[in-house]
Amino acid sequence: MFSEDGEHILGLNMNHFSGVYKEAVDLPAHWRRLFRNIDRLGERRLNRHKKEAQQLLRENGAIHNVFGDPRVSRAWSYDPLPLIIDEQEWALIERGLLQRAELFNLILADIYGEQKLIRQGFLPAELVFAHKKFFYPCVGIEAGRNKHLTLYSADLAKGSDGQFWVVNDFAKPPFASGYALETRIIMTHSLPQIFEDFQVHRLAMYFRALRNNLVRMARHNKQDPRIVLLTPGPEHPAYFEHAYQAAYLGYPLVQGGDLTVRDQCLWLKTVEGLRQVDVVLSRIDDELSDPLELGGDSFCGVPGLLEAVRCGNLVVSNSIGSQVIENPALMAFLPAICKEFFSEELLIPSVATWWCGHKKECRYVLEHIDKLLIRPIHPLPGFNYLVPGGLDDQQQARLKTEIQANPHLFVGQQVVQFASYPALENDSLGARHGLVSTYMTEHEESYALMPGGMTRVRSSSADLMFPSQPGGAIKDTWVLTREIDKQVNLWRLARPDQLIKPLSSALPSRAAENLFWAGRYAERSEQTARLLRTILGKLRDVNEFRDPDDQSCLNQLLQALTQVTQTYPGFVGQHAAAKLADPRSELFSLIRDPQRPGSLRANLNSLGYAAYAVRDLLPEDTWRVIDQVQKHWDPKVSRQQIGSGRMFEQINQLVIQLTSISGQAFENMSRETAWLMLNIGRRVERALNLIALLRETLVPGQRPTVSAQILEAVLSTCNSLLVFRRRYRSFMEVSTILELLLFDENYPRTLAFQLRQLALHIRGIPNDRSWNFPRSDEKQISHCISELNAIDHKELILEVTEEGRYALLDKTLAQQQEQLEVLSNLLTELYFSPTEAPRQLGSVIQELAS
Amino acid sequence: MRYRVTHTTRYSYSYSVQMCRNQACLHPRQTPLQDCQSFTLSVEPQPADLRERTDFFGNQMTHFAIQEAHEKLIVSAVSELEIRERPERYEQADRYSWEEVRERLVKDRSLPAGDIFPFIYPSPLLPAHPELVAYGLKSFTPGRPFAQAVSDLMRRIYTEFSYSPGVTTASTPLEQVIKRKKGVCQDFAHFAIACLRSLGLAARYVSGYLETIPPPGEVKLVGADASHAWFAVYAPEIGWLDFDPTNNVKPGDQHVTVAWGRDFSDVSPLKGITIGGGKHMVMVSVDVARIS
Repeated sequence: MFSEDGEHILGLNMNHFSGVYKEAVDLPAHWRRLFRNIDRLGERRLNRHKKEAQQLLRENGAIHNVFGDPRVSRAWSYDPLPLIIDEQEWALIERGLLQRAELFNLILADIYGEQKLIRQGFLPAELVFAHKKFFYPCVGIEAGRNKHLTLYSADLAKGSDGQFWVVNDFAKPPFASGYALETRIIMTHSLPQIFEDFQVHRLAMYFRALRNNLVRMARHNKQDPRIVLLTPGPEHPAYFEHAYQAAYLGYPLVQGGDLTVRDQCLWLKTVEGLRQVDVVLSRIDDELSDPLELGGDSFCGVPGLLEAVRCGNLVVSNSIGSQVIENPALMAFLPAICKEFFSEELLIPSVATWWCGHKKECRYVLEHIDKLLIRPIHPLPGFNYLVPGGLDDQQQARLKTEIQANPHLFVGQQVVQFASYPALENDSLGARHGLVSTYMTEHEESYALMPGGMTRVRSSSADLMFPSQPGGAIKDTWVLTREIDKQVNLWRLARPDQLIKPLSSALPSRAAENLFWAGRYAERSEQTARLLRTILGKLRDVNEFRDPDDQSCLNQLLQALTQVTQTYPGFVGQHAAAKLADPRSELFSLIRDPQRPGSLRANLNSLGYAAYAVRDLLPEDTWRVIDQVQKHWDPKVSRQQIGSGRMFEQINQLVIQLTSISGQAFENMSRETAWLMLNIGRRVERALNLIALLRETLVPGQRPTVSAQILEAVLSTCNSLLVFRRRYRSFMEVSTILELLLFDENYPRTLAFQLRQLALHIRGIPNDRSWNFPRSDEKQISHCISELNAIDHKELILEVTEEGRYALLDKTLAQQQEQLEVLSNLLTELYFSPTEAPRQLGSVIQELAS
Repeated sequence: MRYRVTHTTRYSYSYSVQMCRNQACLHPRQTPLQDCQSFTLSVEPQPADLRERTDFFGNQMTHFAIQEAHEKLIVSAVSELEIRERPERYEQADRYSWEEVRERLVKDRSLPAGDIFPFIYPSPLLPAHPELVAYGLKSFTPGRPFAQAVSDLMRRIYTEFSYSPGVTTASTPLEQVIKRKKGVCQDFAHFAIACLRSLGLAARYVSGYLETIPPPGEVKLVGADASHAWFAVYAPEIGWLDFDPTNNVKPGDQHVTVAWGRDFSDVSPLKGITIGGGKHMVMVSVDVARIS
């Protein structure tokens, strides 16, 4: 299949490579080597690996935001063929990008400092004062800092003439460096074979430089500064990358609500109390950083953040206001500014750009409107990007009017014909245009460039120039080196005699809350699935044997289902009789309806959501199981077939998967606060669930034949049938069941066990709140335990009402339930600090008294 | 003329506020025509931290935070100042036609860029609007002397817009003011500024106070004044000239200047973020008293 002689490689016509490589023999040696490796691998294996990698990327959320707006989910595919850049070429790129980063740093310092560039005519005033990302309150606040721009990212493309061009400049790139890391890690895991014979630069060096720099930037506490990664939250399309990078760098992933400014310093709200933050690695847009000074209705940011920076108590990277450099019009002025600052030419040119704020350039853009890419200088709501070359008259006219109304807000850019690279798409080899996102961090006195990047490939060059156009594929980027990189990772080596204090970082309150709820929803899903499994089994019995006792038992269980899941009216409210006669629709909805709170599907979704928000704290495999269950558990069973064995089997599978989640967490998480929170959630939920189930099944007495069936169903739902049989043989009695399920302290399904574990876990929570002493949460759980201990299980069923209900049992369970709910609220109050949403104080209008 | 200005804002909340962080813009500026001789800002409850700083536009901004639970917030600013007037500056500005002014703003590099450019382009509350140019051009006829043209714009706003408190709020968009031609001083100033900018001129928002004089025979009530707003335009060499479209006057020694910015959002007298608090009520009282 592989031949170096002629026009075809892997059946690919070399003419596709838009003139870069006319013949296979022109193909650089490294590409030929890559193809040899691929050839050795064979097409089938290559495709299989591709699918695996694609699956991994999807699961991790890189190409699909699990909870984002489905319309903006990245419909990216994964291309296993890397983009390869050789050593010489990379050296040129590195020099060019270093120059550009330094240049933007000076421009930024000038814009927020002396503004000489404007006064001397190098920069039109509009590009600063009319730019949405220029913030007056930021002027002067970073004065005295080494670099104004601490992170810089450029999108690079190779023209078909071999020249590299910069297409976009970013202070906060939409696809940040975590994407590059992710594609690399997946590549090395899924396709190690194709790395054979290649020496590729590792990426870890870059992240080490990034981390060192963040430490260096801290103004106080320089020995061990607290650094956090600030994200807008799980709804953000790039949340995956934020979580990924936070976990990789080892920083807490926080949202605005986790932080508070007090005494001109920034603090992280943690389970243990407030902890001062020294450096923020910010992934939120500048304008959202501080609702007090920068306005905005969104509360992604922290009121007072700018003041903390101004007072010198906090450093934010990238500096707030740095997004003013994300302006394509600057490209038209860079060559002159570069000459002014460095007395040298720009080493890597930008794509040709005409800024419409100048009359001549504007005329040119209007005359060539169909050939140029029209871009606004900052994000304009409602502005639609149009791909040049195919605009109809109406589109052209509309675009012209828009430009003429505010010429200074637009540029026209030449559409560069990008070079094509070998790509594997739709299982066949082809050629695609590629755009590389590169990443730089401030490093010592200059910048360090990541030797690699994230490459996006598409069939059309113009599409690639739109920063956030979905579609296309992503791939790894290899930078070749002659020397093998030292194995670098983020671990620092200690001196032999150095004593290292284990550092367990305080858990942010919001993360604690999400873990608690992840635990609760995991348990709730599991219990709901178990009860449904019992019910589906009973439903089959009823259909098969038509026994009235089976029917009564089923009815009782169905009503219990409604009560336990709180999905009223269900089998207890209006139209209950009809639903009991044919429960299929209601059961179908309780299994599958995501919109119905309490349904199995809704619980799984809530579990997924809570877990996604703390995925940086969960073991990788735990997250994968949760993600798989949440996304893939989709029983293809119709409403009619609900009583069939297929549905039963599906639920059975789900129970097994859900059980593995708790096993995973138990085996893989260190016993730190995060684990405690996850488990407290699970224990609280299991206790509450058990109480609810017993109240609905055991409290209403039944005639003996039915009662035996119900008792069996309860035991089976609690996964306790075998234990019970072993202990009590076949004496199915309410009192023995109560003895087992309520009081056995050593059996993990009982109430007593949950309470004892809760007491242990709660005592383990670190807490330095002196006002909470003796701790109210510990007192509350002790109270629950002593109340339970005071009960004699034989007495519980002595008191029977006229309707045959066990009154004392009901009362006792109700009390426990109430006490546990008090405990849950206490935990919320103590550790999750449910901060109310901040509000903007209404400004008072300026009016003249009349 | 000498004044003592007392500006008190009282917020009361339906639930207790756990924490608030505020920015006050109440310290009157020092200008060639205005001498602010004393200023005190008192906040109740006692703020945990309070700092004053000078912002980009040269205004004195006060940051303060209250970090304990509270049910009400009282911010009171008292300042004493002396104001002079120089009406002849307006005539001097008539040396130029308005087109010449516009031309020089763009071309004359000797002008103080940071003082002018922020005020030429649309700002957060004042986006560009297609109707503004046409409205402005009726006053800015070809070759018309600069100050005369601005005065005419001011006069037209004064006569064509109706003063209706309660129709607009601090966040009423410009578009509604354009459509309804109703509002209060803030809206009129905003409208004028947007018009002037649409013509390529530099215009800024001025926040301050106006001494009100009771009708003959009536006693002036303490606290019955209010904060006021007007606009200023830039004329090369002469500098910024103030115009008050609400009263159709060129501010003299009865207008107290507190701060200026691109629009209200830059100089809101008091803004803040609270955690908790539920609904809030706000009461403002302003008193501008002559002193000797």
